[in-house]
Amino acid sequence: MPREGILVPNPYVRITDEQVQQIHRASLQVLLDPGLICFSKKAAEIFHSHGAEVTTASSADHPHWHIKIPEKLVIEALDSAPKTVKLGARNPDNALIMRGDEPRVYFISGSETNIWLDVDFPAYVKKSDSSIEIQVPEFHPRRATVADLCQSAHVCEHLETLDGYIRTVNIQDEDITEDNKDVNKFFASLNNTTKHFMSGLTKLEQLDNVVRMAELIAGGKEALKENPIISFITCLVKSPLQFVEDTTDTFIEVCRRGLPTVVSSSPQAGTTAPIKEAGIMAQINAEVLAGITLGQMVNKGTPLLYGSVPVMARMDTLGDSYGSVETSQYNIDCVQMARFYKIPNYSTSGVCDTKIPGQQASIERLFSDIVVTLSGPQYLHCAYGLLDCNAVFCLLQAVLDDAHFQMIKFFLKTPRINQQELAETMKQIKEVVATPQKLYIRYIRQVMRSGEISAPYPFEGDGESDSVFALAYQRMNELLAKPVEHIDPDTTAKIFREIPGLLPRLNVYKEGK
Amino acid sequence: MAKRDIISLIRENVIQGRVAQDDEGLDGGMVGEPGVTELIEKALAKRLDVRDIINKGLTEAMNLVGQKFEQKEYYIPDMLASAEAVGVAMKLLEPYLAQSGIKPKGKVLLATVKGDLHDIGKNIVTILLRGAGYTVKDLGNDMEPHSIVNAVRAEKPQFLGLSALLTSTMVNMRDTIQALEESGLRDKVKVIIGGAPVSEEYAKSIGADGYGSDGFQALAVIESLTST
Repeated sequence: MPREGILVPNPYVRITDEQVQQIHRASLQVLLDPGLICFSKKAAEIFHSHGAEVTTASSADHPHWHIKIPEKLVIEALDSAPKTVKLGARNPDNALIMRGDEPRVYFISGSETNIWLDVDFPAYVKKSDSSIEIQVPEFHPRRATVADLCQSAHVCEHLETLDGYIRTVNIQDEDITEDNKDVNKFFASLNNTTKHFMSGLTKLEQLDNVVRMAELIAGGKEALKENPIISFITCLVKSPLQFVEDTTDTFIEVCRRGLPTVVSSSPQAGTTAPIKEAGIMAQINAEVLAGITLGQMVNKGTPLLYGSVPVMARMDTLGDSYGSVETSQYNIDCVQMARFYKIPNYSTSGVCDTKIPGQQASIERLFSDIVVTLSGPQYLHCAYGLLDCNAVFCLLQAVLDDAHFQMIKFFLKTPRINQQELAETMKQIKEVVATPQKLYIRYIRQVMRSGEISAPYPFEGDGESDSVFALAYQRMNELLAKPVEHIDPDTTAKIFREIPGLLPRLNVYKEGK
Repeated sequence: MAKRDIISLIRENVIQGRVAQDDEGLDGGMVGEPGVTELIEKALAKRLDVRDIINKGLTEAMNLVGQKFEQKEYYIPDMLASAEAVGVAMKLLEPYLAQSGIKPKGKVLLATVKGDLHDIGKNIVTILLRGAGYTVKDLGNDMEPHSIVNAVRAEKPQFLGLSALLTSTMVNMRDTIQALEESGLRDKVKVIIGGAPVSEEYAKSIGADGYGSDGFQALAVIESLTST
């Protein structure tokens, strides 16, 4: 049985059907004129061989091509792209089944940040009364390591609402190089979570090692096809409208191998996309359609997700503003576009502008988490623990986010109003009104135990003190103390024998560990 | 049904919080089986010792319920359901207490003060006190000071509990205490106050004897004043 996620009963709709059609038509127009600039020779050849208009516009340093994609190719790709995509997992009960026309939401971590935020709680004594001491959380940023990646996968394994794991940090240990980064980040993550694992690839040459590792874990080539425990995210199109060489080549190779891949585009309204909603939507949709078209030309029927990471530019810095209201608007528009094409959607929420956990982080995250969830994306990269746009990951924040999603999931439960419920409660009303105390309390008990009543906020302190961070930190350590199911010893030994570049310290069965 | 069986069934049904046979109980599926009301009636018909009914049935059950509450197996609604069942049992046993040589724990009058119609807190306290073996007379809501004074004079309770939810009505607690003083009854009754806008400090400032921040604390305060 796959994970349930949460089915949004009546998804929030922001744009009308006519507006969806208008964006679709505008995107097709963009694909034809101006079309895309392509820095990947492979992609240019594929487009050319399928009938797209490809013209060489090379300079000696940066050979590139202009590609105009006719509507026919896009429509064929949209027809052949699978409408249901399965993302498998080491534990098959953690698999995710996504139907493009079904607003069933899965909550996913991510993305790849350079900075890991440690937290501790130093004590402060009140100047005017030394008997009063309080503990205040302090956050310390540092470069992330492979041990951090293991820890975050470990905690994410135990976060109840988290359905799948996108690698959270970019590993930057001294012994991590461009050549061994991929195998180590895949192994560190897969060894510490039994949930689905998605990641980008640093170096195309490592793709086969990573796929082989996944085959060993899944039980072979065919088993991996049946249960794709890994998937990839590729930002092949750089906004505006440019196929980047390395990620496009990676995308092509992943598609050839038939593994699930996100076609992701992340334009910034105001800088790399038009500032107006109509403009950024026409462009991002064109960029994703271009990727889907390429993927289907490479391997008809290869599973793809419509990946949307649109973002508004901050007016003060022209950096990304994930916390802005517009960012959520764009994401919801994209959810609707993906649903129009019936292709499962990778959407974004929860990434906040602020640098540390706190009130601003909670407000920004919860706002976008709620509104984007309500629109019913299938694979919501809701960025447990992510701060400072995409720059910082904090495990404590991930634990706090889990509490948000428990509320959101509870809110989306199907209302239980029917004749039987009404008949039972009518009887209660009559009974209670006839009693001297006129209280319904005795009827709470069974309902409470059936899970029909929401739990109070888990990090509520006693009295008037705010203990949210301290209690979440305690919870984080409890989760770290819980065991995780590692890859079994035989498979681990095989992986370490066959896959080059793995750090010996990641082998939990190594002598002395 | 043997004596021991009835008493263990009383205990079990108090733990389940089943007042009568129509209650399904905490675990469900018990509708139709005798509840505390029917079992007490049976026990009295069989002339079982009222002391055994109270000590081995009701009190032991409430002790177990208290333990379950402390162990977080039971929640407040469970405690209240059990207390309500005990309250009903005590009402049925009341006529037999004197002849069994059992002294009631004490009498408590409860009222929501003048101008205030909110009574959830007061009603919860009523259930808890009855469940703990107190005789409780609930005077109702929007009670004028002189009506409360008259009731104290007539009922001679050991305790008077006053409740208010509004900042605009909490001042009527002071008026009620003053009315008791003016009628010469203040030293005959301990006054406990409770409700969202009041506090320990406010209780002291108006000359009350105690303050309960919730139903359980109200019971604890009355228990502590009973033993002094």
